[in-house]
Amino acid sequence: MSKINTLEALNKAAKKGQDALFPAKKIRIAVGMATNSIAAGARSVYEALAEELKNRNLKFELTQTGSMGFDSMEPLVDFVVPNKPRLSFGKATVEKVPVLLDQVVNLNLDTEQPFYRVDEQENILSGEKTKYIKGRIPKAFSGIPLMEDIPFYKKQVKIVTRNCGIINPGSMEEYIARGGYFALYKALTEMSPDQVIDEVIASGLRGRGGGGFPTGLKWRSCRDAKGSVKYVICNGDEGDPGAYMDRSVMEGDPHSVIEGMIIGAYAIGAKQGYIYVRNEYPLAVANLTKAIEQAKKAGLLGKNIFNSGFAFDIKINKGAGAFVCGESTALVASLEGKAGEPKAKYTHMVEHGLWDRPTNINNVETWNNVPVVIARGGGWFAQIGTKTSSGTKVFSLVGKVNNIGLVEVPMGTTIKEIVYDVGGGIAQGKTFKAVQTGGPSGGCIPGSLIDLPVGFDELGKAGSMMGSGGMIVMDNTTCMVDIAKYFVNFLAKESCGKCTPCREGIRRMRDILEDICAGKGQEGDIDLLKDMSDAMIDGSLCALGGSAPNPVLSTLRYFQEEYEAHIRDKKCAAGVCKALIKFRVVEDKCNGCGKCRKVCPTRAAKGLRKEVHEIDQALCIQCRACYEVCAFNAIIIE
Amino acid sequence: MVDLVIDGKNIQAKKGKTLLTVARENGIEIPTLCSHESVENSGACRLCVVEITKGERKKIVTSCLYTVEDGLVVDTKSERVLKVRRFVMQLLMAKCPTSDVVRDLAAKMGIAPEPRFKPNEDGKKCIFCRLCVKVCEEVVGVSALGFFSRGVDKGMGTPYREPSSVCIGCGSCAYICPTQQIVMSSTEDTRSICGKTFKMKACSVCGRYFAPEDQLAFISEKTGVSLEALSVCSSCR
Repeated sequence: MSKINTLEALNKAAKKGQDALFPAKKIRIAVGMATNSIAAGARSVYEALAEELKNRNLKFELTQTGSMGFDSMEPLVDFVVPNKPRLSFGKATVEKVPVLLDQVVNLNLDTEQPFYRVDEQENILSGEKTKYIKGRIPKAFSGIPLMEDIPFYKKQVKIVTRNCGIINPGSMEEYIARGGYFALYKALTEMSPDQVIDEVIASGLRGRGGGGFPTGLKWRSCRDAKGSVKYVICNGDEGDPGAYMDRSVMEGDPHSVIEGMIIGAYAIGAKQGYIYVRNEYPLAVANLTKAIEQAKKAGLLGKNIFNSGFAFDIKINKGAGAFVCGESTALVASLEGKAGEPKAKYTHMVEHGLWDRPTNINNVETWNNVPVVIARGGGWFAQIGTKTSSGTKVFSLVGKVNNIGLVEVPMGTTIKEIVYDVGGGIAQGKTFKAVQTGGPSGGCIPGSLIDLPVGFDELGKAGSMMGSGGMIVMDNTTCMVDIAKYFVNFLAKESCGKCTPCREGIRRMRDILEDICAGKGQEGDIDLLKDMSDAMIDGSLCALGGSAPNPVLSTLRYFQEEYEAHIRDKKCAAGVCKALIKFRVVEDKCNGCGKCRKVCPTRAAKGLRKEVHEIDQALCIQCRACYEVCAFNAIIIE
Repeated sequence: MVDLVIDGKNIQAKKGKTLLTVARENGIEIPTLCSHESVENSGACRLCVVEITKGERKKIVTSCLYTVEDGLVVDTKSERVLKVRRFVMQLLMAKCPTSDVVRDLAAKMGIAPEPRFKPNEDGKKCIFCRLCVKVCEEVVGVSALGFFSRGVDKGMGTPYREPSSVCIGCGSCAYICPTQQIVMSSTEDTRSICGKTFKMKACSVCGRYFAPEDQLAFISEKTGVSLEALSVCSSCR
């Protein structure tokens, strides 16, 4: 890698990257290889492709990208045949590899239908579009739906995930071809630090880690803080169960985080940056490490970046995976080599942060937005989303929804649009009950608020929060007391344990919720839970303890009758809490097929062949196996 | 100097002092279990919370950490404050039902146990006030004690719960422990603490066993005073 210290050198690298993304001669095959793709089998597909290409002596360009976000369709394999639309095949398998290659070589798509095609690719940072097609679309391609017409992608606006699934995260040239590092060039050569901050303030960008604090204002406070040594930190300690937005960005587009940090450091006056990332994200660590090395070699990190006299460096710090280390004071303690425990926030991080120096911490997604704000201007960014929440937000849409995956929508998109349009509705035809947002410290939004637009303030008012962007969809078979118990149990283990209300209080809350789910709830438990919540919110040392009662409070706010049914009637209407449910055979539906008898692990399902079966309640352990296997709906939950 | 109001009383205080210190200097009692003059405050027990009013905003803060500000209005016994204290005491009573210190403080504060919190049966009295860990680190300077794990599994003790290789047997942790969870036992010429037994040094003048040999060696190394000079007990010095 030669030095990139001029606009000319940057353009040269962009040309090289563009040639790889839009090949003129060679066919490019790109396999999505983020962690979620690998879990779906992408690595073996990649290896099979490499093997098959070698055997057939085909000189194609085989490469890896991040994830396009559509988990239900992974592994996704993209083919770029020169001058033809980019084709994406979903649910690729090793067995399909020879057919896929045949099809692309012969331009015959009859056997394996591509999932979608892409005719042109927008470059968000420049606003330009590049066409894949030259001339007419071949007949074989015309019937394939366009990516933007696929419901999952239709309402998405990919700003943060602009490069995920498109570029090879290991190729800095491909990042540059997508407009990367041009914003940095602009900031360092055309803008003063104050102008950069003004632009970020104008964009209305708010912290994506959960707090939603205006990013530009935080930068200004840190710039104004006294001290010659300042730090910028990227918080990559994503720890909410079911959330993987930051992981996907770090894996699929590591340079965007680095570029954002350099711009921020320039604006604030920091010379050293740290990326705090959990060690459970090995691929993110590897891709970030490689990207930092590339940036250093190119002179984009180090001394005199773009001959501006500005110097900056980044180090990666691997965390041990404690949820609490996402809290800024605990993160800083961990960076300093101490136990990850928060401190009372009576001094500000922007004045007394890492090693007591002014420190600016932003989350991965916030940093990733920065180059866009600088490249397109704060005004352009501010017009996306709502007045108080600008831009887009990445959510990991999981749970009982048809299309599971990472989705990026403009702020202000309603929950209904996310669940039904992007998510394709509730799986197995069940009904929507609630959506949990904001991770363990967030809350549940009920079906009655399905038209709620997502935004920092809207979710807060509804008793939940934006958090970092987890979104767990629940249907009518989800018990809200059980959900509260799940999150409180998570927090009981993840509390740092420093202060009494959080360490002991969450534990006692968990005990009471366990009692309620086990049919041992007592009259007065609901009031006690509310009282405990008040005291925890007021009495805890940090925000983790202060928000820990949220799962209980938000489920109580919207689903108190479920708690009451558990406590008074000993009933779990969702059929989840084992101690409160019974499985029973409906006599006129059972034809004695014996399937339940075969799957029952405790021989509780009994009966003679072709005669009505029954379930011995004394032996039944409520494992649900009979219920799931019965093809005649003859087993019901009471 | 700054002017503030605590519980309706106009008070002048030196900048930099904590609300807890200033309140106590003015005869206002605030309960706490984790604050000690010898070590830095951590704000762990949460008993010392008070409610402050700043302009329109009311907020609960930790009085052992929050420093005085001009114009601050402080309420040390507001309803919100008392609710937090009651909760904390009920949690501690359930955690350490055998601790007299916790029970007596609760009685003094007029707080009864919450019947829904099943008392622990492990017999432990540690309330995680952190004083032992802090005194060992900040005053003694050996950090023989620390915390491990987190959340419900959090524990306090020596690394891997094995006798510490750096403990000098000084007993500071036992002296500072408010609930007597850390116990020191002695025979004539030995002292046992934190799972380790130390040989005591006999005074070279009167012959009385007065300090662990490891502690004297540590002091000698730190201060440069010869072991010989240190082998005389304080009464004979």
